[in-house]
Amino acid sequence: MVEPMNETPVVITRNRTSTASRSTQFTFSENDIVPEKAKDLAAVREHAWEVYKTQGIPATTEEAWRRTDLSRLNAGQFGLQNNDLNDYSAATPPEEILRPLADTEQAGQIILSINDEKIKLSNDLLEKGVVFTTFSELRKNNPSLLARYIGKIVKPEEGLFPAMVQAFGQDGIFLFIPKNVKISQPLHSIIWGAIEKTARLSHVIVVLEENSEATFIHETASPENENGSAFHAGIVEILIGENARLQFVELQSLGKNVWNFSNERARVENQGTIEWTFGAIGSRLTKNFTDLDLVGEGATGKMSGFYFTDGTQHLDHDTQQNHLAPHTTSDLLFKGALLDNSHSVWQGMIYVAPGAQKTDGYQANRNLILSRNAHADSIPGLEIKADDVRCTHGATVGKIDKDELFYLLSRGIPQKEAERLIVEGFFDPIMQRIPFEGVRNRFQQYIHNKMAV
Amino acid sequence: MSELVIKNLHVQIENKPILKGLNLTLPQGEVHAIMGPNGTGKSTLANTLMGHPSYQVTEGDILFDGKSLLNLSPAERSHLGIFLAFQYPVSIPGVTVANFLRTAVNAHRKAANPDDKGIPILEFRKIMKEKMEMLKVDSAFAGRYLNEGFSGGEKKRAEVLQMAMLQPSIAILDETDSGLDIDALRIVSEGVNTLRNKELGVLVITHYQRILNYIQPDIVHVMMDGRIVESGGPDLALDLEEHGYTWVREKLENGTSA
Ligand SMILES: Nc1ncnc2c1ncn2[C@@H]1O[C@H](COP(=O)(O)OP(=O)(O)OP(=O)(O)O)[C@@H](O)[C@H]1O
Ligand SMILES: [Mg+2]
Repeated sequence: MVEPMNETPVVITRNRTSTASRSTQFTFSENDIVPEKAKDLAAVREHAWEVYKTQGIPATTEEAWRRTDLSRLNAGQFGLQNNDLNDYSAATPPEEILRPLADTEQAGQIILSINDEKIKLSNDLLEKGVVFTTFSELRKNNPSLLARYIGKIVKPEEGLFPAMVQAFGQDGIFLFIPKNVKISQPLHSIIWGAIEKTARLSHVIVVLEENSEATFIHETASPENENGSAFHAGIVEILIGENARLQFVELQSLGKNVWNFSNERARVENQGTIEWTFGAIGSRLTKNFTDLDLVGEGATGKMSGFYFTDGTQHLDHDTQQNHLAPHTTSDLLFKGALLDNSHSVWQGMIYVAPGAQKTDGYQANRNLILSRNAHADSIPGLEIKADDVRCTHGATVGKIDKDELFYLLSRGIPQKEAERLIVEGFFDPIMQRIPFEGVRNRFQQYIHNKMAV
Repeated sequence: MSELVIKNLHVQIENKPILKGLNLTLPQGEVHAIMGPNGTGKSTLANTLMGHPSYQVTEGDILFDGKSLLNLSPAERSHLGIFLAFQYPVSIPGVTVANFLRTAVNAHRKAANPDDKGIPILEFRKIMKEKMEMLKVDSAFAGRYLNEGFSGGEKKRAEVLQMAMLQPSIAILDETDSGLDIDALRIVSEGVNTLRNKELGVLVITHYQRILNYIQPDIVHVMMDGRIVESGGPDLALDLEEHGYTWVREKLENGTSA
């Protein structure tokens, strides 16, 4: 067993809007707003810009940012991504990222590199009315579809970064599954690349109409060792219609030069289901907000998180499970391991709205500290406004048990390998929750790479 | 034939002396039993032989094949053929018995030959199956997490299964008999006997004479207050079973006062 070091639940406030301002601000201006031909899309940009102007870089005096300090971000250094960049050295992602992660053949793949986009979708799905494409394609061919969904679930008012993405963002991936269409083969998208002194802004929208089913794997990645600071901010908006079901896997393996921010929310309607898996090993610093909004009766969400930090990485995952209707179920398990001087934060909240009776909420966060100077903050929270509910939570921060290690050593397993075996065992409950061997193998690979001598 | 030689061994835990000049020689091919009251330091001896970092050797030496083990890591001792079946095996969450055994077997192969590519999976499965059948262990065992939720008896069987897989030269069985039901005791003992050969020395730490009916010892030692105070043939175990330790203690006191 991992030795527990703390198990103190703390209730945090739900207010995340930021108004504080700092000296080094971003220098983007009204001229940087991407022009839109469609009027409704232009209105989205304009609104986002209006909000953006009121936002400053979040300060640690704000509760949600208390443990993630941006004072060294030096925002003024970042320009917006320029698509004429033809000399980007890592133009295409490496083979291991392109390889399909789910067990069956892929039904479609989108690669958004720095200066190139590739879209593949099987004819079969095209005929069924599935849309799996980029924002730029939609702007040309179907702007009203984009306008119908953009900015509806994650709003610019939620903070500087979502406002920035909606005002200045260029890249985007859009997945739409029409009513009653069930696809078993996975769809895969990759946002690849991060350029020095450049802000990369990405936006993902997933819409499942009623009774539909899909499996979607989305990855944000860039070369591991690049010089100079880079920046990525992203939005993920997911709408799960009545009785629809989404398997969603998100992987983040950005280079250690990247400052990474993301705001994500899934809205799940009556009897809808999302199984949401996160794997995060990259970036210099990440602040991720992930909200599960169970808005319909019987809606279910399962969230599984894997993170592994080393060096001086700082990863902060802020999750909310919002039970906004009766008979809703949420189940969150986040597990992380930390090496060197790295730091992780998990801050979770289960919120049960008044009248959301017979809900069942679970959250657990487990951390394994592998070096003396690594540090994990684990802050569960409950805010319950209904009386007939079941909510449980737990948080632990521990280190490798000496006796477990000795046991493995005594069988001739060398120290490094013994530690790796214990780490693999620690992550096993997460592996058990992931239905794709390819994703499990990827996590296994992450562990091997991080634990390599 | 090599032997394990323990010379004037003094060991302390957190500055508290536990072993106080222990001497014992165990040649390969022999079975020795150690009996002694609770808290005399039997497990301390076992853990020290295996190189547990909490046990500090302050004096004396442990030699195997003429070479001191004191500066070797637990893994290196294991590679030399020292094996400890723990009195209280810990559980390793999330690591299956099969995965663990394969990792251990491969570590041994690699220690013997740095170019070794690991045991082929089919060969490994075949050997594991064979050993599990010998110990009458259910095949589902291989997929369970090591010692997690194992009953007392299952844990002890898992220890002997590991011993069977690693084929040590010196096996220390620390109360492997406790927690076993009568049938299990027979099965596990038969398992140990199957592994018995000219190259294996066994140190059986026990409180009960019964296991020694199955695993016949060449020598029985009595340990008290961190030392071996009496050694004899198999009959010594019967004497202890019948009369307890009082007479040994009295003999010791008379001996020291004389
Ligand atoms: N890790 C430890 N920390 C502190 N004291 C210890 C530790 N391990 C053993 N001891 C102490 O050392 C002494 C000897 O313990 P040990 O476990 O070796 O006895 P034993 O002969 O194996 O007893 P038993 O027959 O009950 O298994 C005991 O007093 C015990 O409390
Ligand atoms: Mg003992």
